[in-house]
Amino acid sequence: MAAEGGAMKRGARRAGHAGLIGFFVIFSAFPFYWMLITTFKSTPDLLKRGNNPFLLNAPPTLEHLKVLFYDTLFGQWIWNTLLVGVVVVAITLLLAVPAGYALARVMGPAGEKLGIAIFLTYLVPPTLLFIPMSRIIGDLGLQDSLWSLVLVYPSFTIPFSTWLLMGFFKAIPKDLEEAAMIDGLSRFGAFVKVVIPISVAGILTTVIFTLTLVMQEFVYALTFITAARSFTVSVGVPTFLVHGDVYFWGSLMAGCFISSVPVALLYNFFVDRFVVGFTMGAVKG
Amino acid sequence: MAIVETRDVQKLFGDVRAVDGVNLATNEGEFLVLLGPSGCGKTTLLRMIAGLEQPSSGDIIIGGQVVTALPPRARKIAMVFQSYALYPHMTVGKNIAFPLKAQGTPREEQQKRVQRSASMLGIGHLLHRKPRELSGGERQRVALARALVREPAVFLLDEPLSNLDAKLRTSARDELQQFQRQVATTTIYVTHDQVEAMGLGHRIAVMDSGRVRQLGTPQEVYHDPADTFVATFLGSPPMNLIEKPEYSLGFRPENFLPREVYAKDGHLFALPCRVTRLEYLGSDRLVYGVTEGKLEGHRVISKLPSNISVFMQPGERHEFALPEKELKFFDPRTGLRAAPRAL
Ligand SMILES: Nc1ncnc2c1ncn2[C@@H]1O[C@H](COP(=O)(O)OP(=O)(O)OP(=O)(O)O)[C@@H](O)[C@H]1O
Ligand SMILES: [Mg+2]
Repeated sequence: MAAEGGAMKRGARRAGHAGLIGFFVIFSAFPFYWMLITTFKSTPDLLKRGNNPFLLNAPPTLEHLKVLFYDTLFGQWIWNTLLVGVVVVAITLLLAVPAGYALARVMGPAGEKLGIAIFLTYLVPPTLLFIPMSRIIGDLGLQDSLWSLVLVYPSFTIPFSTWLLMGFFKAIPKDLEEAAMIDGLSRFGAFVKVVIPISVAGILTTVIFTLTLVMQEFVYALTFITAARSFTVSVGVPTFLVHGDVYFWGSLMAGCFISSVPVALLYNFFVDRFVVGFTMGAVKG
Repeated sequence: MAIVETRDVQKLFGDVRAVDGVNLATNEGEFLVLLGPSGCGKTTLLRMIAGLEQPSSGDIIIGGQVVTALPPRARKIAMVFQSYALYPHMTVGKNIAFPLKAQGTPREEQQKRVQRSASMLGIGHLLHRKPRELSGGERQRVALARALVREPAVFLLDEPLSNLDAKLRTSARDELQQFQRQVATTTIYVTHDQVEAMGLGHRIAVMDSGRVRQLGTPQEVYHDPADTFVATFLGSPPMNLIEKPEYSLGFRPENFLPREVYAKDGHLFALPCRVTRLEYLGSDRLVYGVTEGKLEGHRVISKLPSNISVFMQPGERHEFALPEKELKFFDPRTGLRAAPRAL
């Protein structure tokens, strides 16, 4: 009897697990599914009431993709976004890695507070900042140039990344750096040869977060840039695919899908790295 | 090989005097143990010798050269951390080669020396593993191999055995001693375990609250403690201490035995006790008692080897005694050793 009860309990627990996991899978996969089928739905199918919105009710069409790629500058926008993204990531790492390390190790107890203060600047909304910023961009003659974004984006990616990296560096046992210093390296050498390789997970996380922040940024991109050739995806897609109250849903969703899948893949690819206790085995047993 | 010397070394952390004026000098090739209770400043002193911490005042001298202002890498030292501090992203082989690579040793030479120190410690077969795939004992050996590979002038070890289980610790202690005698490199070893200190060291520096209380061979610190701190810190159970206004009297529990154990003649100091409690420890019996007679009312412990089968039970009064030469006198005010006196 007892054994049977145990088996039933175990079964119930397993079903509960499966249910929970299923829920989250649907929850996170649904937006992608929605974008994907909308991309291939013909417009009448999309707009007709009474159709099952979750399925293709008419044969799929490539019309929306054609609009996206031939009637807008989508390819150019992707390229712009990528360019800005890569340069901003490089600038961010160049400044945030040393800053995070300094806050974690060199500053002592003040570092923690300073780190939080730096993070707080990330919370100042761009809707406030774009007004003074646009003056600066104007004075520098960078209107309509992607360089305006390259200049402004680090103002929020660096605080965020510094704070993130500070946490990662703090988690690295001090002993490791000290051992490296005794083994013949300078403090900087120990940082480059020991701390950075151990923090790959943290640095990858920073890269992905920075990329995501850049890709979704809207306010600055909208205000600083008016030439369609210099748009980023986040501005170009809604500007060109929403005419008044007419939404080109198919092309909109296609644009979203194409720009979000690489990020999703990147996340998935490195998820192990994010989660794994990478310093395990370095200290103690 | 080199002599390490500290001159009036002090370290303040805010108000805390972690190390408070330490003067030490090792001998050539010596195994010197820093022993003391937790928080007495052993690690801090070792880190200052390593160059990981700057002394607030005083100087560190290694091999005749003042190194106080030099960074760790310029001091020709190797250190084994309590945590072993193996680089988690490198294989064992790369870990051991790391100090060589840092000083730009040619690749073949690196290979040869890694092989040699790995085989010396019996870890030649582990070179391709990552640190997380090793047991505690293996990690300790990797850390030693990494310290050894560069042939440093001085080894610094901070409680390298404290993460091992009791059995492994005994064998590791043995290996460590053999290893040190073999390479004959000056070694400073930090521990709070007196058994380790007694077993390993040529000499022991007993520390308390930032100061060295006594520096001597294991025999000296045990049989001739310089003060009441050293006397009661060493030994298990520690030295019995009877504190009177005019003098303090110390004697080891293993010398304090039932009267009938000693021969009739001989210079004995007799001290009757009321037995309060007995503890059976296998190889020994501990008898807890309260003194009676002229030194009445002090708690004392007697340690009887199991081959002494004198019957005793709690509540009973018993004659105890010890050889007069085993009595140690201390100044009750300063705690320092004092000249023997008549009782
Ligand atoms: N970085 C620091 N900042 C402030 N106080 C410190 C620091 N490092 C050590 N101390 C203090 O200095 C004293 C000595 O510390 P230390 O680590 O040298 O002790 P220890 O003898 O190694 O003890 P244990 O056996 O527990 O390792 C302690 O009171 C400790 O709190
Ligand atoms: Mg310590």
